[in-house]
Amino acid sequence: MTARGALTLAIAAALALAAGLTRPAMAERLVVSLSNHRVAVTSSFTGEDLVLFGTIEPDRPRTALRNAYDLVVTVTGPRQTLRTRRKERVLGIWVNVDSREFVRVPSYLGILSNRPVTEIAPTETLRRLQVGLNHVILTQRIGTDFADTVPEDPFRVAFITLEKEGGAYQESPTAVTFLTPTVFRVAIPLAANAPTGNYAIDVKLFAGGNLVSRTNSALEVIKAGFEQYVADAAHDHGLIYGLVAAAMALFIGWFGSVVFRRD
Amino acid sequence: MQIYLPIADLPVNIFLVLGMGLAVGFISGMFGIGGGFLMTPLLIFIGISPAVAVASVASHIAASSFTGAINYWRKRAVDIQLAMMLLAAGIIGSASGVWLFTMLRAVDQLDLVIGLSYVTLLTIVGVIMINESVQAELRARRGGRATLRRPGSHNWVHGLPLKMRFKRSKIYVSAIPVWGIGFSIGFIGAVLGIGGGFLLVPMLIYFLRVPTATVIGTSMVMTLVTMTSATVMHAATNHLVDAVLALILMVGGVIGAQFGAHTGQRMRAERLRLLLGLLVFAVGMRFAYELVVKPDDLYTLRLVASE
Repeated sequence: MTARGALTLAIAAALALAAGLTRPAMAERLVVSLSNHRVAVTSSFTGEDLVLFGTIEPDRPRTALRNAYDLVVTVTGPRQTLRTRRKERVLGIWVNVDSREFVRVPSYLGILSNRPVTEIAPTETLRRLQVGLNHVILTQRIGTDFADTVPEDPFRVAFITLEKEGGAYQESPTAVTFLTPTVFRVAIPLAANAPTGNYAIDVKLFAGGNLVSRTNSALEVIKAGFEQYVADAAHDHGLIYGLVAAAMALFIGWFGSVVFRRD
Repeated sequence: MQIYLPIADLPVNIFLVLGMGLAVGFISGMFGIGGGFLMTPLLIFIGISPAVAVASVASHIAASSFTGAINYWRKRAVDIQLAMMLLAAGIIGSASGVWLFTMLRAVDQLDLVIGLSYVTLLTIVGVIMINESVQAELRARRGGRATLRRPGSHNWVHGLPLKMRFKRSKIYVSAIPVWGIGFSIGFIGAVLGIGGGFLLVPMLIYFLRVPTATVIGTSMVMTLVTMTSATVMHAATNHLVDAVLALILMVGGVIGAQFGAHTGQRMRAERLRLLLGLLVFAVGMRFAYELVVKPDDLYTLRLVASE
């Protein structure tokens, strides 16, 4: 080991010691493992439950662990911008009269816990840590401003309701199961229309209403096979795609006239 | 068996869509129409967004009208000169329609305009058809003779300038109404996802006095070209043509049309027109219901951009 290496190690040890002194005496570490980091969506894909296993370990040997823990896992899909439109009756028919744009919000949001998040920690803590559907940041464009609103905002409420109905946003207080007081299992439900891209998994460990540890993981959803090829072609080469679609229509039409020719 | 539609972005039962293709194909074969005015609403009712439905049905109609056009071409029942004139205007109409479609989508009013137009168009056309066939039926009951339109009768359309002679149809009319009809059919087709056969045929008969021998064949050629160009334009500008959906519909449609044509030949023309009128009217009413009845959810979502 070089002199510089030894020095770096000594500094690191000193820092760790200093950190240890400022931390509470009891400290935990989370170790998690995901069943599958890559999900391929094919034509037969009807949704899948991924499984995340994990254990709560003492940060240093021989530190005591607490009796009861709570776990909240937040899975955030790739960002997208959506418009929420509100209908009103105008001259007897229902018309879109107002709309709000939700800018760069998660296309998938799973909030998975072992009991309802409101029971796990006080509202103030949940808001600070952005835990739960009421506390995630959903930026809206209001005129020229970009801001999140209060949880009771009608557009925000409607947006979350619609996303929940479509299966994109989920809040499950039963998805986390403690197999032993320190070993847990998390079921991450992915719907059939799960958007492709990178998903961030944020695991937060609570005890007595406070955050005691957190860790991250990630997964990737890829569309595989023919469907993805078609979708890519339609977006990247619209004109060629259109010409091919038209040619296909003509071919089928011609084929029909040949097969069913009666004279 | 579920299949995932790549552009509509939702899984559907392949047999349901195939069955819809067959059913609409049967009806279109029976009445000699494209069936877009039935197919687009059906797709909307099973949850496909109106925009994707309109764009995908265009290619479906292109396929079924090509089958029809080939058959009529073999029977020399296509007035190619008239078709070309209608087409030149039709393509301009389609392009304007696709432009309006894109604009309406941007301001979130596309669904409303599609709904309202369907109600207006289908109710009016449905009522006219029902009325005419009921009148004819009553006349037949009374044993009286139908008042035949005098073949030489002229209306205001024949007073317009720029007259042209169309040899195959044996008519001599102004180019202005021909262009007007072509443009409006192309326009309506692109915005509403209908081939317009059920509008074009009566227009050609009433305004231009095109004889029955060439009217359906010519209308088929017109539908074929406007819908083929609408497919390409919708794909190039809005990226909304779902080729997988269209393919299933086409296969069902082409097969269904053959059986429909058989059934249609065994039915009386007036009875056939009454049925078609009732069908058109019913679809119009279904759209009216959607617009008037309070929706389950006042809020809807639309994707603007994804990363």
